Amino acid sequence: MSFPWAQQYKPATEFGQWMDDRLPIGRLVYNSLGAGYPTPRNLNYMWNFGSLAGVFLVVQIVTGIILAMHYAANADIAFDSVEHIMRDVNSGWMIRYAHANGASFFFIAIYLHIGRGLYYGSYKAPREMIWLLGVVIYLLAMATAFMGYVLPWGQMSFWGAKVITGLFEAIPLVGKPIQELLLGGFAPDNAALNRFFSLHYLLPFVIAGVIIMHIWALHIPGSSNPTGVSVKGKQDTVPFHPFYTAKDGWFVGLALIFFTAMMFFMPNALGHADNYIPANPLSTPAHIVPEWYFWPWYAILRAFTFDFLFVPAKLLGVLAMFSAILVWFFLPWLDRSPVRSGDYRPRFKKFFWFGLIPCIAILGYCGGAPAEEPFVMLSQLATAYYFAHFLIVLPLLSRIEKPEPLPNSITEAVTGKPLQQAS
Amino acid sequence: MVRFFGILIGLFFAGMMVYSFGRGAVEYISNPPVKAVEYQFHEEPKDVSFKSDGPFGKFDNQQLQRGFQVYKEVCAACHGIRLVAFRNLAELGYSEDEVKAIAANWPIETPDIDPNTGEASTRPSIPADKFPKPFANNVAAAAANNNAIPPDLSLITKAREGGAPYVYSLLSGYTDAPAELPEANRPGTGLHYNPYFANLNLAMAPPITGDDQVTYSDGTKATVSQMAQDVSAFLIWTAEPSLIKQKQTGWAVLAFLLIATILAFLSYKSIWADVKAEKKKKEA
Amino acid sequence: MASVDTAVEPNDSAVSEPEIGGVRRRDFINIAAVSFGGVGVVATVFPLVNQMNPSADVLALSSIEVDISAIERGQAIKTSWRKQPIFIRNLTAPEIEAANKVDVSGLRDPETLAERTQAGKENWLITLGVCTHLGCVPLGAAQGEVKGEFGGYFCPCHGSHYDTAGRTRKGPAPTNLEVPEYSFLTDTVVKIG
Ligand code: HEM
Ligand code: FES
Repeated sequence: MSFPWAQQYKPATEFGQWMDDRLPIGRLVYNSLGAGYPTPRNLNYMWNFGSLAGVFLVVQIVTGIILAMHYAANADIAFDSVEHIMRDVNSGWMIRYAHANGASFFFIAIYLHIGRGLYYGSYKAPREMIWLLGVVIYLLAMATAFMGYVLPWGQMSFWGAKVITGLFEAIPLVGKPIQELLLGGFAPDNAALNRFFSLHYLLPFVIAGVIIMHIWALHIPGSSNPTGVSVKGKQDTVPFHPFYTAKDGWFVGLALIFFTAMMFFMPNALGHADNYIPANPLSTPAHIVPEWYFWPWYAILRAFTFDFLFVPAKLLGVLAMFSAILVWFFLPWLDRSPVRSGDYRPRFKKFFWFGLIPCIAILGYCGGAPAEEPFVMLSQLATAYYFAHFLIVLPLLSRIEKPEPLPNSITEAVTGKPLQQAS
Repeated sequence: MVRFFGILIGLFFAGMMVYSFGRGAVEYISNPPVKAVEYQFHEEPKDVSFKSDGPFGKFDNQQLQRGFQVYKEVCAACHGIRLVAFRNLAELGYSEDEVKAIAANWPIETPDIDPNTGEASTRPSIPADKFPKPFANNVAAAAANNNAIPPDLSLITKAREGGAPYVYSLLSGYTDAPAELPEANRPGTGLHYNPYFANLNLAMAPPITGDDQVTYSDGTKATVSQMAQDVSAFLIWTAEPSLIKQKQTGWAVLAFLLIATILAFLSYKSIWADVKAEKKKKEA
Repeated sequence: MASVDTAVEPNDSAVSEPEIGGVRRRDFINIAAVSFGGVGVVATVFPLVNQMNPSADVLALSSIEVDISAIERGQAIKTSWRKQPIFIRNLTAPEIEAANKVDVSGLRDPETLAERTQAGKENWLITLGVCTHLGCVPLGAAQGEVKGEFGGYFCPCHGSHYDTAGRTRKGPAPTNLEVPEYSFLTDTVVKIG
């Protein structure tokens, strides 16, 4: 344990002691999510979204396993099997709507969690590995959600599968064979549906595994905090349990209120009407859009309308879309400012709130809108800023910006009094 | 190194985008996009409400039965509701015997195999059967309908952007094509002008043509608007039979969660009281 | 509740020493919050498990009507009800006689033929074709199959013998072949279930 003052696990019962000597699961939980994990005392509510994402992953896995008990991954009956769940299976509608809306809430939590990291510099040393693993989780979650959306085999499922695998076609020379390899055919059909189901079932468990590594890596330096100042001593921390278990707990309740309000009263608000039409390979919906959580990336994809020398616009769009996420992998080395928290970086703060956030909002809006003007032009501007922000603004800013003075310690920041005794 | 290449890549993508934006903007100004004709003449669904709307909405079984009657007498010859079973009609308030009779007398029989010869045949439906499809397959449907396939209506109110109000508007919204409609957008042979339909021209002839097309047994006056509304209400039910149950469950869940969350919040407050008090003390 | 409320004696020095004084009320809130959470989890588990019960379309098929006019004396048919085999057997007079001759008190599962058929229709033996031992389908319904030592049915899985009333007579089967709920709609149509 990296904090010498962390509370030590003491089994309460004889059986607990017996277990602890043989398989110390209790100790593991105690040290990672229990009283044995000292946590900065000044975390704000932006630090709640990690555990919330975890809760929604559990919701997805539980409801998903149940859906899989009734779902049939066969192109002829997949659509009807989902309707069978909705109409005939006991509480089937509830489980399906929980799963469909749970995906959205999972992404809401994950986006706020990532946003927290971007603003408070959580990706900086010594937490690079936590950040990298987080990006991996996000990529896996996108793959999972995409393949899940294909399963009901409605019009959007089918055409989404076609369009997204079509992205790979943009790769020179090997593109077409890769698309055919992914689909197991020339268009999405049984082969694609079955492998998507298999992977959709598998990947959430891979995500769970990466989350374990993510938390493992977190426990080396411990959580960061809104000041970005490292923990200096015992007075800066409180034990995770009961302090943060209680805080996470009530916040999960709050989130569930929003979640259940969605799933019981407006379950299809985030979905698309066309997905209630069975897949038809011969007729494309007027307006193909992915789920809302992909909209910003979709806007970047569509922003590229011109070839560059010998590189076709299609390939550029695909490259840009993947780069837009991959750039996060390099973030710890692009932003070299030693100050973590945006609160103490006056210029960074401006670029964040008036540059990055509106830019992503515009991209999100345009990605869901039809591919028409002025949306294409708007997404071009926003895409320009998106790349500029990560690749130009952040590297340069860390050289020229003069940060505001940092508090000496977390305790000082909380109480406004300098620290009396340091340990 | 990372930053050096990063800036180069950033300049490339940002430059591409600024360039594309510039060309797009010039194009936009010199050649402003015109709204497609469909957009100019298209109308949003009428403002109509249903008893099942809103968080406290409930189905009106009388209305659903009337809607079923309209479906049966007007729509069923061309449109199926293949996801709905006869037994589900019990939810509209029909008795077991009524459901049995409806199933047995349904004009289209359920496909079956002759037990003696093994050849394809049909038999009268039983409550456990789904509503048989009016056409054996899409080819037959297209052949019988001037090449247009009448969609199945089970999910129609969920499968169209405007939901039930859209269905209502479409059914009650046929008009003559306006005089200023360009020639290219005028309904061709076999098509019918309807401003609520996405491309304005629809292969379905106006199905509800005049008052008293059906005779309601509950004495409701069968106006065009009434029939359109009743059948739309029925199609809300076919698309989401558990709609009311969903809302009722939702209220129970919300009430529970609200109390649980308040308790959890109080518990959180009391657990943190010490830490916060310490902070206050130091501030004082 | 009241006792908890009156027990609260807010005591300044207790604020930072939760072990002393002030404990009860706080504990009460924590316990209430955790119990509510627990209740919520349990309530959620119900639909998550109940979804495994037979769905509405499966239950809808729970009764069938069978035309028995073509079954001659001494013949049997196998039909399916709830995805399980049903044996409908038209007993011959000697078979009925054999069944009635048995001393019921000596049987493992004492039942008379009359108890297992309907009055006036003693020749119609309608049972599930599911061995009461571990669920195999006994032989004896189709033409030419072995009928076991007692001329009824024989289950080859672990050797259970049933007599002409479908009663267990030898082997591991603990009870007689189950008679489903059924009624004669007409002389030639039975409704099972
Ligand atoms: C990170 C975790 C997960 C995410 C983000 C996710 C996302 C999705 C999405 C977006 C859909 C389409 C919903 C719709 O509109 O109908 C879906 C469907 C489905 N998922 Fe998942 N899922 C996850 C985990 C799982 C797991 C672990 C399983 C199985 C064990 C599973 C099984 C299914 C099944 C069977 C369907 C098709 C039924 C339906 O469409 O309602 N999912 N998933
Ligand atoms: S299952 Fe029939 S004898 Fe064992």
